[in-house]
Amino acid sequence: MEKIDTSFFTKEREAELSVVGESVQRADARGHVTGQTQFYEDVTFPNTLHLKMVRSTRHHALIKDINTDAAMNVPGVVRVLTHKDVPNNWYTILKLIGVGPDDEPVLPEDRVLFMGEQICAVLAETPQAALEGARRVVVDYEDLPPIFDVEEAMTSTPFKQHGTNYFVYEGHNCRRIRFGDVDKGFAAADHIIEHRYESAPIEHAPTETTGCTAKPEGNGRVTVYSNTQALYFTLDNMALILGVPFNKLRLVGGTVGGGFGGKVDVIVEPIAALGAMLTNRPVKYAYSRAEEMQVSSPRASERLYIKDGVMNDGRIVARKITLYVDAGAYCRHSTYGTTKAAAHMPGPYSIPNVHVDAYCVYTNRTPSSAMRGFGVTIGDFALESQMDQVARYLNMDPMELRLINAYRDGDMKAHRKKVEGAALVEVIQAAAHQTGTTLAPRFAKMSSFEREA
Amino acid sequence: MKHSVVSLTINGTERQMLVAPGTTLVEVLRENQGLAGTRRGCDQGACGTCTVLVDGKAMMSCLLPVETIEGARVETIEGLTPMQGLHPIQEAFLEGFATQCGFCTSGMIMATAGLLARNPNPSRDDAVRAISGNICRCTGYEAIIDAVLDAAKRMQAAQRSEAA
Amino acid sequence: MAWLKGRGVAAVNYPTGMNLGGDPSQALIHATTTGGFVITLSSVDLGQGIKTVGAQIAAETLGVPYENVVIDTADTDTGPHCMGTFASRGTHRIGNAIMMAAREAREVMMSVAATELEVDPGDLVTDGKGRIHVNGAPDKGMSVVDVALAAHFKLGKTISGRGMYMKPKSEVVPETGEMDPDSCQAHACTVADVEVDDETGEVRVLKMTNAYEIGRAMNPALAHQQIVGGAWMGISHALYETTEPYYPDRAHGPTDFSQYLMPGPGDIAEMDSVIIERPSSNGPYGAKGIGEMTANSPIPAIANAIFDACGVRVTSMPFTPEKILRGLDALRGIAN
Repeated sequence: MEKIDTSFFTKEREAELSVVGESVQRADARGHVTGQTQFYEDVTFPNTLHLKMVRSTRHHALIKDINTDAAMNVPGVVRVLTHKDVPNNWYTILKLIGVGPDDEPVLPEDRVLFMGEQICAVLAETPQAALEGARRVVVDYEDLPPIFDVEEAMTSTPFKQHGTNYFVYEGHNCRRIRFGDVDKGFAAADHIIEHRYESAPIEHAPTETTGCTAKPEGNGRVTVYSNTQALYFTLDNMALILGVPFNKLRLVGGTVGGGFGGKVDVIVEPIAALGAMLTNRPVKYAYSRAEEMQVSSPRASERLYIKDGVMNDGRIVARKITLYVDAGAYCRHSTYGTTKAAAHMPGPYSIPNVHVDAYCVYTNRTPSSAMRGFGVTIGDFALESQMDQVARYLNMDPMELRLINAYRDGDMKAHRKKVEGAALVEVIQAAAHQTGTTLAPRFAKMSSFEREA
Repeated sequence: MKHSVVSLTINGTERQMLVAPGTTLVEVLRENQGLAGTRRGCDQGACGTCTVLVDGKAMMSCLLPVETIEGARVETIEGLTPMQGLHPIQEAFLEGFATQCGFCTSGMIMATAGLLARNPNPSRDDAVRAISGNICRCTGYEAIIDAVLDAAKRMQAAQRSEAA
Repeated sequence: MAWLKGRGVAAVNYPTGMNLGGDPSQALIHATTTGGFVITLSSVDLGQGIKTVGAQIAAETLGVPYENVVIDTADTDTGPHCMGTFASRGTHRIGNAIMMAAREAREVMMSVAATELEVDPGDLVTDGKGRIHVNGAPDKGMSVVDVALAAHFKLGKTISGRGMYMKPKSEVVPETGEMDPDSCQAHACTVADVEVDDETGEVRVLKMTNAYEIGRAMNPALAHQQIVGGAWMGISHALYETTEPYYPDRAHGPTDFSQYLMPGPGDIAEMDSVIIERPSSNGPYGAKGIGEMTANSPIPAIANAIFDACGVRVTSMPFTPEKILRGLDALRGIAN
């Protein structure tokens, strides 16, 4: 059960509260344990069509021809949608907050940029017929060389139709943080410690796969029952893609069988709604587990190089970070995640000289997107592994090395925001207490809000 | 291929249905019977969200073509839920904060029901084994294992008070 | 051949909220005829618990019982705008919007009660149990039910409120990266105890000791769920998970749960987690975002513990037996 250690920040914690701070029962738990909680898939309509996608079998290829004749001959197949059916085929999800260019087609036109990319949608009376139809669509490819490595991509011929293999941040090829002077810091340091870290893509793996049902209404509107994590993001992007007024669409959801960031993309809803508008029937588009695993956006793989200038007493005086975020074939939320990653550097430490180059790079793999800890989780793996390597190099206690460098109230972060509400010192002290670790007196007495004389 | 008539006893009531060859139990429950409390997470027998009791045994309903279980007794989360209040297993999951998103919960509870039907006094290892085919991505399982053990205690207490 | 034990530490911070394009969420609240309150949102509950915590915040601010508050979400025809459930923003952003709406509704509720009781609204307090009375005189009061009835059928007033919380857009200075991307920071420290099989490279996490600073825990049991589930996900990320096991090679991608590995109920580590609270200056009742950060510190703590156990520095996630064995071979001078 939960434990709250009230010995920290006692003065700041003072408050008269009644229900906030109480472990009241979950409002939705009764529905969960009786199976009555209604997920999107539990809302069903007669006459629903099922949508299955024809997906790219190539990592990078030109599409020479798409032949749907055999698919249309499958009993139960009603219609096949291609890019020609999509009113505004090019979009990027963060367009709504001013991010461009539109780098992703709802359905690709002349090329595919990753294996599993959706090419055309088969609508049929049953899921089985839709699958059979999708199997019979013949796509004629001409293979192009794929790029899988982020650093290779930075210097390779652009494969994107919209310029570079990386996102351009206001004229720069990366999101940069410049604080102090790292070269001076390295020159003054007793030791230079430099290491490389990397991760592989990770799937959100919610128990409920991504999906929606789009239902045309008698009044000309379309209601979409969806498990999106962001209803208005979905609605607004759909309106732009479908070229309909925003008030023609209604999104219903709010109860989701696990998200973890995986249901922030807007992939299933626009094409299901398009199908509903073109057939005047409800259309359901749900990912299979295999699609959820390999086609839905994973957590990005990242590669980091961290170079530290360190003094004998444990102070880190300069930190240079080069970070590559593998966005995969399309931008989605990666440009934002890369900025968030840059702002997170150099971790919860006060380091006077910081230099960050954070690259958002395109490769021919499944586009990555948001996931729990977006822009931070992999960075923390690298930063905190690096802190351990520094502690080992100096033969210092790993907690004490962190406390020496810990950020505290009033410090300036590398992105020039003043620290307030810090508590790194205290969580380390609490963990030391829990594990029976004795900190040296000066560390045991440290505080995030009071400086020792 | 021809459809066939299959009869099953679902939550105590005998039902007959006309099904296409290969129709799975989860499809019948959700689409034919409107029993949506049985969730469909993978359709591959690998996540356990669709677990129901078939002749008293916990089974994944996405792997069972209904033609192969003609005449079977099927119990779902809807059948487990009493008219008034909650089943002791449901109480244990509710009060033990063993649910988060709730998508795995029906399957977890039915797996627990299957365990307690054959082993009313399970060890922690027994509880772990009983739910090891069920995936939960939210909780880290600890609260669920505790709830399974708590449910066993609650059911024993209920039986004692019935006997008394 | 032996199981080698080791311990590793990691400490992290995590930002609450996203802010590239401004980060708003809204809430509407109204009283029913009999003193229930309905909060209308378009926010999403993924299991993190906004349907619960939102109602707690509203009840606290209104001064009415938690049971009297219902959350109605999420339908874009009725619910006002919400940016979405991500970036550890829900409790902070939506909670703030709910609090603001509840304050406005409370003001009307108190003024109706004051009219009915013929006292000054400033003299009235709520008891949190469904009554409003004159401060210091519990007998001179009336129930929230009667207040709502009077508002609806006698005074013709709507007890309602509007709430909107927005962190305005912060432009990034391209040359320096100067920006204000978040509202507050939560913190965590994990100590991982592991053992490594030097024959197979298998890692077992024996114990995770976690200290999490999360502002104010709105609902400690729900916060604990995030901690335990998040720490489990951290172990899972560290040791098992990837869609591309030989990244950047695209081969061998798993397509189901029998290929995509995660620790099952039989593989969980003992956990000892403690929450400490430093209320934030801008969250509702001091809340900070906690949902995402809980998976982060376990990963490097495990990497550092593996090094402590066997001398292999794993620099690439996940830390598979294959990578650890290759590292052990390198230490033993065996060519890979």
